[in-house]
Amino acid sequence: MSPAIDPSPSAGGSRLRRLAARVGGFGYPQRSGRRARTVVAVAAAGTLALALASCGGDDDSGSGSTTLTVLAASSLTNAFDQLEGTYEDQHSDVDVKLSYDSSSILAEQVTSGAPADVLATADPITMKTVTDAGDTDGQPTIFARNTMVIVTPSDNPAGLQNMSDLTDASVAVCVPEAPCGNATQQLLKLNNIDLTPATEEDNVSSVLTKVTSGEVDAGFVYVTDAQAAGSDVQTIQIPHSAEVINDYPIAVIAGSDHSQAAQDWVDLVMSQQGQDVLAKFGFQTVS
Amino acid sequence: MSRTLERPEAPAPSAAVGRVPLLMLIPAFGALAILLLPLIGLFVRAPWSNIGEQLTSTGVTTALRLSLTTATISMVVCLVLGTPLAWLLARVDFRGRQFVRALVTVPLVLPPVVGGIALLTTFGRAGVLGEPIYEAFGYQVTFTTTAVVVAQTFVALPFLVLAVEGALRSTDRRFDEVAASLGASRWWTFVRITLPLAGPGIVSGAVLAWARALGEFGATITFAGNFEGTTRTMPLEVYNTYQTDASGAIVVSLLLLAVSVGVLAALRERWISGVSP
Repeated sequence: MSPAIDPSPSAGGSRLRRLAARVGGFGYPQRSGRRARTVVAVAAAGTLALALASCGGDDDSGSGSTTLTVLAASSLTNAFDQLEGTYEDQHSDVDVKLSYDSSSILAEQVTSGAPADVLATADPITMKTVTDAGDTDGQPTIFARNTMVIVTPSDNPAGLQNMSDLTDASVAVCVPEAPCGNATQQLLKLNNIDLTPATEEDNVSSVLTKVTSGEVDAGFVYVTDAQAAGSDVQTIQIPHSAEVINDYPIAVIAGSDHSQAAQDWVDLVMSQQGQDVLAKFGFQTVS
Repeated sequence: MSRTLERPEAPAPSAAVGRVPLLMLIPAFGALAILLLPLIGLFVRAPWSNIGEQLTSTGVTTALRLSLTTATISMVVCLVLGTPLAWLLARVDFRGRQFVRALVTVPLVLPPVVGGIALLTTFGRAGVLGEPIYEAFGYQVTFTTTAVVVAQTFVALPFLVLAVEGALRSTDRRFDEVAASLGASRWWTFVRITLPLAGPGIVSGAVLAWARALGEFGATITFAGNFEGTTRTMPLEVYNTYQTDASGAIVVSLLLLAVSVGVLAALRERWISGVSP
């Protein structure tokens, strides 16, 4: 597309300058282009300096000669963060790296060959996809239990009192493929509630965020999430919630390079110390 | 009409003296490989045996219908709002024009999820503008199909504005002056002279905006939410399916790829002529 006969300054300039002018205005006219380039250069240098500065420090206590990668369901965030400290105190040569997400996404990552050492999911169904694919070392162990609850923003804008009030409110739930979503569907069925959610989030932490940020009137989360949110939420009990219990399995991933360190993590989680930490954050324990 | 009045294309410079240099060929093939190999991988791993039932499941057809509808609406909104802005940037020399042009490119460089969070903090129910609107009218835009269109428009607008601005810059202003001297109103000149001359550029900008809107994920899932039929567009459907059924996700990905490439190929004449400098 060649330009028509154009008396304006841009026509005489180089092709590159014209292209640059079209894209971002830089280089046309020449003077402000130079100023703009200086601004960009300074900003880039500043960003680079900031990035390099943050690379220097690492707040993990482990000296990092071995890195243990643990994939865990989002609801385990607070408990496992605390256990990370405990583990690194006990094993000074191991640096634990935790990755939290929806159990179904993590299971999919493991079966696709993600280089992780331990997997902890929020229900046996998601763990089963991994064991069926032969990606666990031995059988998984149940280490905790969790039940569900309804939370609303701290001021309860929709004035919800019980579960049947939800049908007119905007509610966030987990996608049915995730353990929290599966449990939600079971609870809705047990209570004969036909609910059309406003949104289905990928993991329970996103549901909690939607509630605490005030975007929805209510959300279905775990008891542990409600406890972690503290005064940011109001809690509504779900009838029959004791009948829908999520068993949390944990397993060492097959082919892990650090199977001993991985097994140590599982042992810590199953130990009295680990169970106490889980109980502190609201989980039901198994020992 | 535009073709006869423009300077004829200068002949393309021949590739150096002699053969195409290896120094150009090898990196070029590297670039092609980066673009092609992932697509080839998709095709190779696709579960061709049960592709039919995957494609016709209600989740997929609903998502496809939603994606096509919202992308088209977003493109129209971009055209209606973006063309005047592009005209201002191309034809009017106002103070702060450089700043406005840089502002238009912001959604291009912003990670889409950041765009989604920005939209949420402004138009969400607890947002800067959203909260007063909710208090006054009880209206909440998040979790509606409108929110999907807003998110898609936010990310697609720069493509349209920059393409149209480029097209308008390259059309001769003197046609406008001639028309004015012959007694045409400014609106008539804009509709009958300027727009047709910039036509190919506008079309290519619109197609780019449509394609960008179709593929939008981060801003949609953060701002509009994720619910079948209302806000679950094709990219969200792929992400959802991938959580439990990797091969199913490949099928949906191929469908999205086919739709995007199909539309772009159908408009390839204008697409190529619009994008090249």
